[in-house]
Amino acid sequence: MYRYDSYDHRFLEERVAQYRDQVRRRLAGLLSEDEFKPLRLMNGLYLQLHAYMLRVAIPYGTLSSRQLRMLAHIARRYDRGFGHFTTRQNIQFHWIKLEETPDILADLATVEMHAIQTSGNSFRNTTADPWAGAAVDEIEDPRPYCEIIRQWSTLHPEFSFLPRKFKIALSGAPSDRAAVRIHDIGLYLRRNEAGEVGFEVLVGGGLGRTPLLAETVRTFLPKRHLLSYLEAILRIYNQYGRRDNLYKSRIKILVQSLGIARLRDEVEAEWAAMDKEELSLPEDAIADMARHFPAMDPTPAPADGDAMRAALAAEPGFARWVEQNVAPHKVPGYAIVNISLKEPGATPGDCTGEQMELVADLADRYGKGEIRVTHEQNLVLPQIRRVDLLALWRSLASARLATANIGLASAIIACPGMDYCSLATARSIPVAQRLALALAPREREIGDLQIKISGCINACGHHHVGHIGLLGVDKNGEEFYQITLGGSADEHAAVGAIIGPAVKSDEIVHSVDTIVDVYLRLRADGERFPETYRRVGAKPFKEALYAAH
Amino acid sequence: MPLIKGGRFVADPWHALSDDEPIPEAPRLIVSYARWLKERDVLALLPAQLGLRLPNDVSAAKLGDDLDRFALIALSFPRFTDGRAYSQARLLRGRLRFTGELRAEGDVLRDQLLFMRRCGFDAFTVSERALFEDWLQAFREFDVFYQPAEDRQISLLRRRLAAARGDFTVA
Amino acid sequence: MTQPEVMRLVTANRLRDGVPVYRTSDGWSPAIADARLVVEDAAEDFLAASQSGPRPLPVVAPYVVEAVVEAGKVRPLALRERIRAHGPTV
Repeated sequence: MYRYDSYDHRFLEERVAQYRDQVRRRLAGLLSEDEFKPLRLMNGLYLQLHAYMLRVAIPYGTLSSRQLRMLAHIARRYDRGFGHFTTRQNIQFHWIKLEETPDILADLATVEMHAIQTSGNSFRNTTADPWAGAAVDEIEDPRPYCEIIRQWSTLHPEFSFLPRKFKIALSGAPSDRAAVRIHDIGLYLRRNEAGEVGFEVLVGGGLGRTPLLAETVRTFLPKRHLLSYLEAILRIYNQYGRRDNLYKSRIKILVQSLGIARLRDEVEAEWAAMDKEELSLPEDAIADMARHFPAMDPTPAPADGDAMRAALAAEPGFARWVEQNVAPHKVPGYAIVNISLKEPGATPGDCTGEQMELVADLADRYGKGEIRVTHEQNLVLPQIRRVDLLALWRSLASARLATANIGLASAIIACPGMDYCSLATARSIPVAQRLALALAPREREIGDLQIKISGCINACGHHHVGHIGLLGVDKNGEEFYQITLGGSADEHAAVGAIIGPAVKSDEIVHSVDTIVDVYLRLRADGERFPETYRRVGAKPFKEALYAAH
Repeated sequence: MPLIKGGRFVADPWHALSDDEPIPEAPRLIVSYARWLKERDVLALLPAQLGLRLPNDVSAAKLGDDLDRFALIALSFPRFTDGRAYSQARLLRGRLRFTGELRAEGDVLRDQLLFMRRCGFDAFTVSERALFEDWLQAFREFDVFYQPAEDRQISLLRRRLAAARGDFTVA
Repeated sequence: MTQPEVMRLVTANRLRDGVPVYRTSDGWSPAIADARLVVEDAAEDFLAASQSGPRPLPVVAPYVVEAVVEAGKVRPLALRERIRAHGPTV
């Protein structure tokens, strides 16, 4: 992973000092809340229902064990012993005191971490495929480009006061594990007919009040033009993005109103007029960055032998976990281990300090010290020898980190919702808990099913792109949930359709059970939920849900 | 209102001409864009140095060759969260090679001064509190910058690109 | 049975640590039981008065909340405010 040099360290020190002074001025009354709020947001600090919330950046979801241990320390020292991994591969702490935040940022800086631009109207975390560097289907590791983008976008003087937030995601494989199309800019690494690898550039994705999928603005962009092209897009957005209406200020609205063809013309015209040399990335510069993300040693590790076969036969729990949570690795004899933070009944995405310490230790012992965070609020050990899986599983199981439900119905994605968040209109965690417990008994029969819950229209739970999406709304002071069906965040991205009136909180489990029943009844062999929904449409689901009333 | 230029508070030698004010005999006049459009021919021939107040939704490219007539361009931050003038400044300082004074006006606050300077601003109209709250320190808060802008600071990108080429003369 | 009268209280978050606090007669308390309750007509003035005093204010963005008294306890009408007063439900 990227290793800081003296300049990066110095920059972080300067940032911490700047923030410490901003907090001092706020507490001394030299800065009003209106003046301070954008500044604290630029360091990821929200004021929530019960306390401040700090969102720490985990660039493109990649962590070292040392960094994960520091997050455990932050949880214990400054919070209530846990953290929450988010749908943007970051981590949030929900019980933070403003007066302690300069010290928190100083502690984070000692391990090359920060909370820069995890909120505010500028670039947010650039996210990526959590299996980068390990996935079987990968064309090229996106992380060197993520780091290049991260640096370019850090305290960019021209783009620190955009009309609204700006989110970028990268995928280096044909399978989209980064939800690229729901981002303001999405980047796919693609190989063209000449065999060269470059970027397909997409613009205008986003959820919230107006969910839209990003559209292609450039089919093939040579790598060396990555930053200059991004800068051209941002300059158009900074100047023409709406600033009069908070709900119409993302670049997706600009794409919607101009049309992608006209936006392309504007971007290409700006790009043509730019001095591209300044931001040009020659091959040796990219190679230099790629050295921070070395390709894995391709020497295979031992294949599964008798010991593994015996273990799978003797321990059904281990067998289920391998089947559900362990994915193939590009190097034979290795595996990608997905760690579920979705034990039914627990808070999705939450992780205690002790659990973080254990995962850090396991990463060191078995996995070259590297951990990933996914946009589904889980963790990944991207590089584990298959011969170590049994021992790893036992350790994870002892810490309740081995729930074999990755991709299944009980592995629900949910935002913190109204239990924590001042923006929320309804709770999401208790709904997730009830649903997970209700569906877990038959989830293997159901198969792949992604349920996503948001506690308000801001859609941090990504409900629009859940196979089943739930949006919490307030109806006369009561919590209701609007149901959407058929969403998808992968390479067949789709925005879910609302299928009828919102449902009361105490009817949600019954409603989802009904939807699942219809799916099980109608699905063709091997059909996943989105495919069945596309084939049969909303009608059978609507009838089952609403006809009885 | 206090003016910061060259890292210190200075007196403002410019006279800001309001739209209905008759043209005085002053050596330096700032006019609004609206007035420029209306009275261009008269203003252009004045012996005075001219400055232009450009709204933040008008591209400086629209000025064309008229840009040469101005020794000062004032750009606006109606609220400090409205960041359009940062792009305007970069266009003027960079592509259009404007060498006159680029002045930031409006809701200009301490914590944005360094961003502004990086984008090419060299003068900043600020509120009175700047005099009591050590705003000049803001320019010194960072000396490491990741990306190139208009302030001729060597960005880390340049440094690292040079190092990748084996060129260690870029310090 | 008559409905209890809907009263008003003023709440904010403490600046230094974000803890929800409730306006008392002359200060702020983290316990909703200490909140001073006023009638609807007095709410605006009460809110304004809560923002007087030396700067910097110890709180951020005070606002008015509707509440009733039930069995001697202050109960905000909005679920969100009950969660603020008593903590997460999970």
